[in-house]
Amino acid sequence: MIVEIGHFALLLALAVAVVQMTVPFWGAQRGNVAWMQVAMPASIVQFAMATIAFAALTYAYVVSDFSVENVFQNSHSAKPLIYKISGVWGNHEGSMLLWLLMLSGFGAAVAVFGGALPLSLRANVLSVQAAIAVAFALFIVLTSNPFARLNPAPFDGQGLNPILQDPALAFHPPFLYAGYVGFSIAFSFAVAALIEGRTTAAWARWVRPWTLAAWMCLTIGIAMGSWWAYYELGWGGWWFWDPVENASFMPWLAGTALLHSAIVMEKREALKVWTILLAILTFSLSLLGTFLVRSGVLSSVHAFAVDPERGVFILMIMMIFVGGSLALFAFRMRSLRQGGLFAPISREGGLILNNVLLTTACATVLIGTLYPLFLEALNGMKISVGAPYFNATFVPLMIPLLMAMPFGPALAWKRGDLPAAMQRLLASLILALVAMVAVFAVAYRGPWLAPFAIGLGVWVMAAAVQDLLVRSRFGDLKFDVAFARLRGLPRGAFGTACAHFGVGLMVVGIASTSAYRQEQNLVMKPKQTVEFAGYQLTFEGVAPARGPNYVERQGVFTVSSGGSVVTKLYPAKRVYRASRQNTTEAGILASVAGDLYVVLGDTKDAGAHAIKIYFHPLVRFIWIGAVIMFIGGFLSLSDRKLRIGAPRRAKPQDTGNAQTA
Amino acid sequence: MRKLLSVLSAAMLACVLAVVSPVSMAVAVEPDEILSNPVLEARARHLSAELRCLVCQNQSIDDSNAPLARDLRLLVRERLKAGDKDDQIIDYVVARYGEFVLLRPRFSAATIVLWLAPLALLGVALLLARGVMRTRAVTGGPAEQLSADEKARLAAILDERAGND
Repeated sequence: MIVEIGHFALLLALAVAVVQMTVPFWGAQRGNVAWMQVAMPASIVQFAMATIAFAALTYAYVVSDFSVENVFQNSHSAKPLIYKISGVWGNHEGSMLLWLLMLSGFGAAVAVFGGALPLSLRANVLSVQAAIAVAFALFIVLTSNPFARLNPAPFDGQGLNPILQDPALAFHPPFLYAGYVGFSIAFSFAVAALIEGRTTAAWARWVRPWTLAAWMCLTIGIAMGSWWAYYELGWGGWWFWDPVENASFMPWLAGTALLHSAIVMEKREALKVWTILLAILTFSLSLLGTFLVRSGVLSSVHAFAVDPERGVFILMIMMIFVGGSLALFAFRMRSLRQGGLFAPISREGGLILNNVLLTTACATVLIGTLYPLFLEALNGMKISVGAPYFNATFVPLMIPLLMAMPFGPALAWKRGDLPAAMQRLLASLILALVAMVAVFAVAYRGPWLAPFAIGLGVWVMAAAVQDLLVRSRFGDLKFDVAFARLRGLPRGAFGTACAHFGVGLMVVGIASTSAYRQEQNLVMKPKQTVEFAGYQLTFEGVAPARGPNYVERQGVFTVSSGGSVVTKLYPAKRVYRASRQNTTEAGILASVAGDLYVVLGDTKDAGAHAIKIYFHPLVRFIWIGAVIMFIGGFLSLSDRKLRIGAPRRAKPQDTGNAQTA
Repeated sequence: MRKLLSVLSAAMLACVLAVVSPVSMAVAVEPDEILSNPVLEARARHLSAELRCLVCQNQSIDDSNAPLARDLRLLVRERLKAGDKDDQIIDYVVARYGEFVLLRPRFSAATIVLWLAPLALLGVALLLARGVMRTRAVTGGPAEQLSADEKARLAAILDERAGND
């Protein structure tokens, strides 16, 4: 019964979305206030209906109702509760329902918190948002119904793919989707602005918090996926340039560019046309990501052609929204007036360089991801575009970006002074050079790029801190005065510094672990000890163990350092009972310097095992960096200027001067 | 396989990589594969990272646990021991398995767009950015076009900057 209620609620959500798409739009066209006001209650009701539908499916998973086909295919009664819940979105149908839930959730949030928006803009935004919801609700209802029943009901389910039964991966999709879908708000605002044919600086101020929230979720979502890959795939790789990863990375790159260009638009009324286009492109890349992952086109063009129903549907959604919005853009572009003049060397100029490099990098990832598909479709030629291609093209674009990054906040708006900025950042530059030389002296081996990259990371980190200190004029004023100034800086300044610092930390982590990873492959007999990366590892043997829905063979390692035992590690080979699938679980010892990472391999003669030991120096900086970037986003979001729904109180002088001083 | 893939992609998996092949969960390079000559072994690892495991999704033979990847790793090492140069080995593997095996596609008529696009796009983007700033300067015009109000603001800004420095 509850499942049928969920199904019914889904259909109601679709119906409400149709109303929300049409009535407020016509209201805005005709200036009919009552019609425009339909948008607000409609988006809240739509969200409520989507919530009921999602809750009903979750309920079916929690109680293991195997008469529901979706539950039967993706769950098992012996699974821990948390994975029963995460199983809801661990499959195609359920994940699309989550997509819809988040889409309507963001729409409802605009309705609730968007009180300061002009009525017609709000009506148009919510109507565009509803149009996306209609498309995806139709997609779910027509091709991917999660509420279909089975008769007779099977005795038990087929189990969730064991790979998905993992804490990081359980919550990876919701964050990723929140990011993807969050960019829909920027898209809806952009299309609404094009429909109305005008934008103001306030437009950028309204769009920025939503984009920022989406960007934060996407950052954490991608980081979680990478963290999972690191400890689960059995050798410590954390990024593979896999098309599925690229699908989430492209909206992130475009979204990062959008965040920066929206600043220019808000502060200086410049880059309007570009910012609108970027908002459209960012969500288009989210749609592309959804299409790539959902349609099966990634495994092969042919797999897509064999079972094209879902893929073609999403392709149509994508073409309608991307094509439609770009056509509207081309048509209305001229009506958007450009403001703000500036010299090339200025903060605007810096942000443009940021956009040039990020967009080119994003386009490079796009081309690398799609090229094999195009080539195969074009002439049947099959090629692979893998990590070596992306490392050769993407990395060189990041180097100038990182070099230029500290200058952005150090330059004034309109017309900046590069030598002065350089002087201002001199301490950071010296620190970076020292780090570079130190790394080179200590490591002395490995690629020449590594010390340079670590120096770059230090440069970005140091400059982020220095920027805050210079702004509050430490060294120039008395300490307590400067400290008071520091505390008085807008949260946005801390947000920028924090996010940039996170990027720098991540660069240091990436460079260290890529260049200086140590690795040893060997066969170990029980009680054998090996010396590795300053640790003594003793292999104690292998013992069986069992979890709630799996059995495993657990290797036991005693790790000592300098004669005293540090810890025991238990790398394992696990078999999930329901599906008979295997996974490897690495044993990891984290320390400040890096991770000791032990993997249990095949059994050899007389209790001996193949063992792989790695040392990944500073690898955790990668994810800590991502978390710091997230915190930076949060700080900016909590800045009064950006606070969602905060009334506009800023007079031009108190926003402008604090930033440029 | 398709079903498994759809389940995997369903969760927007970070990587559909190693675990897709539920054959054996052995960990990529096995101890018995390693060459005694460390220079050759280093070259083998380097080459392995460039070659695709043909039964996996976007995984190099260096990372893959699939038996076929192991066969290829052994093949690469055999060629190395036979004294082949790196590009000879790559040619040898491509002759047997086709261009698909290369994770770094070769520069050819078919991949010219792939390889030149990043640079071309960067050039276009920089030109566009320059265009934006140039039209800025032109429409902005020289200083004598400033109104009295703007001149006052300019003076205020300059004063403030002078005060700061």
